[in-house]
Amino acid sequence: MTIVAVEHLSFRYNSVEVLSDISFGVNEGDYIGLVGPNGSGKTTAIKVVLGLVKPAKGIVSLFGTNVNDFREWHRIGYLPQKLTHFNPHFPATVREIVSSGLFSTKKFPKRIQRSDEALIDDAMRLTDVADIRHKLIGELSGGQQQRVLVARAIVNRPDLLILDEPTTALDPEARGTFFQTLMGLNQNGNVTIILITHDIASIGKYASKLLYLDKQIIFYGSFEDFCLSEKMTNYFGEFSQHLICHRHD
Amino acid sequence: MDLFSFFQYEFVWRAVIAGSFIALVCSILGVLLVLRRLSLIGDGLAHVTFGSVAVSLLFKQHPVYLSIPIVMAGSLGILKLTEKARLYGDAAIGIVSSLGVAGGIIIASVAGGFNIDIFSFLFGNILAISQAEVLTSIALSIVVLLIIFFFYHEHFATAFDEEFAKISGIDTGKINAILVLLTGITVVLAMKIVGIMLTSSLLILPSVTALQIARSFKNTMIVSSICGIVSVIVGIYASFVMNLPTGATIVMANFLLFITAYTYKNTVRSKYR
Repeated sequence: MTIVAVEHLSFRYNSVEVLSDISFGVNEGDYIGLVGPNGSGKTTAIKVVLGLVKPAKGIVSLFGTNVNDFREWHRIGYLPQKLTHFNPHFPATVREIVSSGLFSTKKFPKRIQRSDEALIDDAMRLTDVADIRHKLIGELSGGQQQRVLVARAIVNRPDLLILDEPTTALDPEARGTFFQTLMGLNQNGNVTIILITHDIASIGKYASKLLYLDKQIIFYGSFEDFCLSEKMTNYFGEFSQHLICHRHD
Repeated sequence: MDLFSFFQYEFVWRAVIAGSFIALVCSILGVLLVLRRLSLIGDGLAHVTFGSVAVSLLFKQHPVYLSIPIVMAGSLGILKLTEKARLYGDAAIGIVSSLGVAGGIIIASVAGGFNIDIFSFLFGNILAISQAEVLTSIALSIVVLLIIFFFYHEHFATAFDEEFAKISGIDTGKINAILVLLTGITVVLAMKIVGIMLTSSLLILPSVTALQIARSFKNTMIVSSICGIVSVIVGIYASFVMNLPTGATIVMANFLLFITAYTYKNTVRSKYR
């Protein structure tokens, strides 16, 4: 089943072209590493997919429904880029923030029920923030804050999880654990994952597909195909391609 | 004067009851405004109230009843200028507030004869609040509190991370509109307590006091509410005993609570952390 379908998508910011005629599909169970240099349009592509910004051209469908008509937001978990979207001194506890990930599953008036406690506890345990549930978000380290936001993204047990550079505030050990957790969600929980990262070498170890974006799609396919692609050898250079593929092996 | 004899006066009861309801609404709404970095919208809308009071006096209507729709329109004006004309929030507030004051001055100047009345609204007088105004304040406060209660989680999500709130299916445009409209109503009510000049203090001070010591979002709302109500009661009592202007004394009581909370946070609590 196609979970995300993007067709001939273009996006301009003022007169600057950020995305140029990109098309791709994400199938159920995929784990996609979305990579590309700074300013390549990765975050913009995700924002268009989620309907946060309107494209100049093109169509986006989520679970078979045009994003403009899409209402099943409880099927999606999202971790925004960096921690700049919220005030770090916001007086919210870890538990309050993780709970807010369940609002997409609630009708008006949105209320957290006793039956939701197990979901909240599970998400906090999985991301190792259960012990700090009563702390304020501003009292946590960057890595802990990142984990809290991941817990918020997965608490509603989404079918599609979109993470925008989730490992920037994590140390190498925490990064490894984090990638393992995502793999578990993907393989055991059948969660489809799109993960934006700069770290093309690391993502090769975990993701099943690579989407390389630089305003347009440079490559989209499996890592095996990437490693065998002569076009990619020419694009990246033999050494870089070998480095990425070696890590994947 | 002791507290017992202070509460023997009926006008004191009226002031305390109406003031507490209005302070409660201001304190809760203030938390949302401060966290959304919209604190100055209260100040801007208070300036619009100056214009709306002038219109009310011109048409010989009660200032509260005519001000509410005018100030709500002003609050939507700020929102639309921000969203549609892509102005920064502070610039939009500046435009609407100066328009309100300019309109008020022109009306007062052309109509003449009610300059003294309009200037009495600048500083408010809660002790002169009538029975009908008390009932109106209570009714409108309950409406505002109920709306905040029913949209509590939407406000929390939007204030914390608007982008994520949208992905959660929350209509953040609607939540923003509700917030500014409720602020419009609240500012008109607060005008009676502290006057147009000091209205924003009722929105800002209790919430920033709560932010010093609260340990969760819900806790911030509760602490802010307590600070707002305590300030009104202490302010009314102190102004009565010391023969000071009531509105300004309420603001000073609020400020003292803020200083106390700030000192507590930076001395006692930081010592045990």
